[in-house]
Amino acid sequence: MADNTKAAEERVLMKGNEVLAEAAMRAGCRFFFGYPITPQTELAAYMAKRLPKIGGTFLQAESEVAAINMVYGAGAAGARVMTSSSSPGVSLKSEGASYMAGADVPGVIVNVMRGGPGLGGIQPSQSDYFQATRALGHGDYFMPVLAPSTVQEMADLIYLAFDLADEYRTPTMILADGMIGQMMEPVSLPPARDPKTLPTKPWATAGHKGERAHNVINSLYLSPEKLEDTNRERFERYEKIRATQQRQELMMCDDAEIVVVAFGAASRIARTAVRDARAKGIKAGLLRPITLWPYPTDAIDKVIDNGAKRFLSVELNMGQMVEDVRLAVAGRASVDFYGRTGGVLPTPEEVLAQIEALAEGRPVAPSAGGSATGSVLPAPIDRKSSYERGE
Amino acid sequence: MAEDFNHELLCVLSGFGGQGLLFAGKVMANTGLLDGRHVSWMPSYGPEMRGGTANCSVSLSDEAIGTPFITKPTAVIAMNQPSVEKFGPTIVSGGTMVIDSTLAMNGAEGVDLADGVNVFAFKATEMAEEAGLKGLANIICLGKLWAETHFCTRETLDAALAKCVPPSKQHLLEPNRKALQMGIDL
Amino acid sequence: MAKTNPVTLPDYQVERIGAQIGADETIVSARPHALSDAIFNYCPGCTHGIVNRLVAECIDELGIEGTTVGIAPVGCSVMAYDFFNCDMIEAAHGRAPAVATGVKRVHPENVVFAYQGDGDLASIGTAETVHAATRGEKITVIFINNAIYGMTGGQMAPTSLPNQVTQTSPYGRDVNSAGYPVRISELLSTLDGVAYVERVTCDSTAHIRAAKKAIKKAFQTQIDGLGYSMVEVVATCPTNWGMTPQAAFQWLRDNMLPYYPLGVYKDVVADGYANAAEAALERAKDCPIAQQNKED
Repeated sequence: MADNTKAAEERVLMKGNEVLAEAAMRAGCRFFFGYPITPQTELAAYMAKRLPKIGGTFLQAESEVAAINMVYGAGAAGARVMTSSSSPGVSLKSEGASYMAGADVPGVIVNVMRGGPGLGGIQPSQSDYFQATRALGHGDYFMPVLAPSTVQEMADLIYLAFDLADEYRTPTMILADGMIGQMMEPVSLPPARDPKTLPTKPWATAGHKGERAHNVINSLYLSPEKLEDTNRERFERYEKIRATQQRQELMMCDDAEIVVVAFGAASRIARTAVRDARAKGIKAGLLRPITLWPYPTDAIDKVIDNGAKRFLSVELNMGQMVEDVRLAVAGRASVDFYGRTGGVLPTPEEVLAQIEALAEGRPVAPSAGGSATGSVLPAPIDRKSSYERGE
Repeated sequence: MAEDFNHELLCVLSGFGGQGLLFAGKVMANTGLLDGRHVSWMPSYGPEMRGGTANCSVSLSDEAIGTPFITKPTAVIAMNQPSVEKFGPTIVSGGTMVIDSTLAMNGAEGVDLADGVNVFAFKATEMAEEAGLKGLANIICLGKLWAETHFCTRETLDAALAKCVPPSKQHLLEPNRKALQMGIDL
Repeated sequence: MAKTNPVTLPDYQVERIGAQIGADETIVSARPHALSDAIFNYCPGCTHGIVNRLVAECIDELGIEGTTVGIAPVGCSVMAYDFFNCDMIEAAHGRAPAVATGVKRVHPENVVFAYQGDGDLASIGTAETVHAATRGEKITVIFINNAIYGMTGGQMAPTSLPNQVTQTSPYGRDVNSAGYPVRISELLSTLDGVAYVERVTCDSTAHIRAAKKAIKKAFQTQIDGLGYSMVEVVATCPTNWGMTPQAAFQWLRDNMLPYYPLGVYKDVVADGYANAAEAALERAKDCPIAQQNKED
C-alpha cells in the first residue's frame, strides 16, 4: 500500500481516471488514441487538455478498433503510447491487442471495467477478468495485467506498465474499475520523465535513414516452424515475467487461516470485512493480487505455508479469478467464492458474513440471491486460538 | 474546540444534481488532504448529467480506507426528500443528519432512524437566497455539519474551502465563506 | 549494341547485378532500390507486381527510402512488408490507415504509405479509410481495386460490378440484395481533409506511366504536407476472374473502366488552393465557427 500520510504539500486530491492520465504523461507517454465511453471519460478529457500543451498528440479515433491500431502504429514507430476504454470498448480492442502481442509492439491499454455482458451497465464491475488474463484477443499470448486498488496505485501502476511494456515488448493492461476510476483520493505523483531520455528502440519502424537494414513489424508467419519458434521465444519472455513480476499485498496474512483473495474495488470492501473479522477474533487475512497476470502464485504458496486452510475469492463478477486461486491452491486448501455482479457492490457486512460462515464450517453463499456452493465443506476451524490472540 | 475534532467521518452528501453536493464533498475531502489523513471521495455516477439524483461519499480516517462506498455513514447531508428517506435509516447510532428542508419539506418525519441520531433540519436553500447567496445552500449545510461534528479544525476547513474555489472563480470565495459562517452560526 | 559500363551504375545496382553484366550486355532496366530481393509471390499476370514496382520507383526517385514507412495489408499483398526495403509494418485487415496515423503522428517527418486492396480498404476498413481521409492525415494510400477478394479465392468484393459472378455471388452480383459497388475515389473526393485523389489503371504502357506519375504526385502531396492523398489503381485478378491476363485487361477495359472512370477526382492545388485546409475553409465560407482562426 502506498503511504497515504505523506506531507500534505506532496499530495494532491485527484480522481483515479485523471491520475491514470497524469501519471502516464509523467511516464513519458505523449500519444493517446481513444474513443468515448463511460466510466473512463475523465481520462481522455484530461489527455485532450494536457497532451497538446506538452508536445503530445491526443486523437479521438473513429472507433476503438481504429484507436488500438493507432496505438499499434505509434508503438511500432517507437513511442510510448496508450489507449483507454471500458468493457464493451475493450472487446473492440482485442484484435489490435493480439496483433501487438504477435508483433511484439509495446503499448498500454486501460480498461475501466463496467458490468456486462453486452452493453451491460456502467457501474463498477470486474467482469472482464477472464478477458484480460486469458489474453485479450485471438492467439497464443498473455500480457501483464495490473490491478490498482487505490488512486495512488493508479499512478504507480500505470507508470510501471509503460516500463514493463517496453522491457518485455508487450501490450500491458491496467485493469481498473468504475470505483477506482471515479473516486478521489490523495496521491503523490511520480516524477515526470522526458521521453527523450528513455531507452531507444532499435527495432522500431521509424525510417532506416540509410543507416541500417529495414525493420519489419509483423505477426504473419506462413511457415509453421517459424511461427512456433516466435511463439516459443515469446513464452520464454513470459516465463521471465512470471518469475520476476508477481506483485501482491498481504494484509494480516502471517497467521491467517482464512484468506480472502480480492483485487481492485473488491479488495477495498474485503479489506474492511477482514478487519471486522479480526475484531471478532477470526484469523482472517487479505491477499490482494496487484498483478493478475502473472498471477501471484508464490504468495498463495506462502500463505498456505503460513497455515491458510480456507480461501475465499471475493469478486465483482460471477466467479472468474476464483479459478486462478484454485489453480494456485492446487487442492491444498478449500476455495470458495463470493461475488456480486452487474454493478452491484457487496457490503463489507456481506463479505464478513461469508468469512464467519467459513470460520464456522457453514456453506458460503456464492453470490447474493444464488444458491449455496454445494461443495464438500471442510470441518470448522478451531477458533480458540484466534480468540486467545484477541485480535 | 480546535483540537477535539472527530477522528473518523463517513459522510454521505445527497440531493439533486446541481445542488453542489459533490463540491461540498470535495471541500470536506480537502480538509483530510490538508491534515494528512486518509481520504476518499466517491461520487455516484450515472447517465443523468443534470437534475437527477446525485450523491457522494466522503471518508476521512486515520487508517487506510476500505470501501469508499459508505453503507453505515456517521453523517449525512440530505438536500431532498428521497435522500432523507434513502440515507436516513443507514446512519449509525449517534450520527448526524443535516437536512435542507426547503426541498425536503417533511424533514426526517416518518424515517426510521437509529437511536441517538441528531437531526438538524432548516431551510438552507431559502436562507441562501434571502442572503443573496443563491446556490450556496450546500455550503450552509456543510457549515452546520462541521459545527456539529468538528470533523477538522476551523483553520483547515477555511483553507479547504479556499482551495476548492478555482482561481478563475475567486469572486465566489467571499460568498462561500459567508455561507459557511451562516451554517456554523445556525 | 552500345556497351554500358557497369561502373556507372549506382552502387547498389553494382552490388546486385553488376557482376552479372557481360561485356556485351546493356542494362535497360533494373530493380528499384526500394524493392527488396524477395521474389514476388503474386500469380502470373497479376497487376500487384507492377504497382509494387511503381511505388518503389517513386520512393527511389524522391530519395525517401530512409524516411519511408509502409503499411502492408491483409489480402494478396499481405507479404508486401517483405518486398520493400523501407521500414514496413504489417497491419490487421482494414486497419492500415489507423496504423499509418499512429506512425505519422509519432514521426511527422516520415513518409507513410498504406497499400490496400478493395476488401481491405472499401469493406472491412471503410471507417478507418473515411476517417483518416477526413482528418486529412498526411499519408498516402495506394488502393488496388480489382473487384474481387483474391487471397481467399474469389469472393464478391465491395467493388465487384453488378452481375459480376464470384464465388459468393454465383448468379452474379444482385444489386437488389447485395447492393451497389462502392466508388471510393468519388466518395473520398467529397471529404475536406483530402488533398489529392486520382484513379488510374495499368493495362497499358501509357496507363502505367500515368499511374506512376499519380503515385509520385501522391507522395509529393504528403511530403509537401498538403493533406491526405490516395491513388486508386483499377487492376485485374486473372486467377479469380478466370481469365488469361490479356483477357482480364480486355474485361477491365470493357467493364471496369466505364464503371470506375479514370481521372483526377480531387486536386486542391489544381483547384487553386495551397492545401486541403485552405480548400476546406473556402468550402465552409458561410459557416462562422468554421472560419474562426485558432491563432486569434
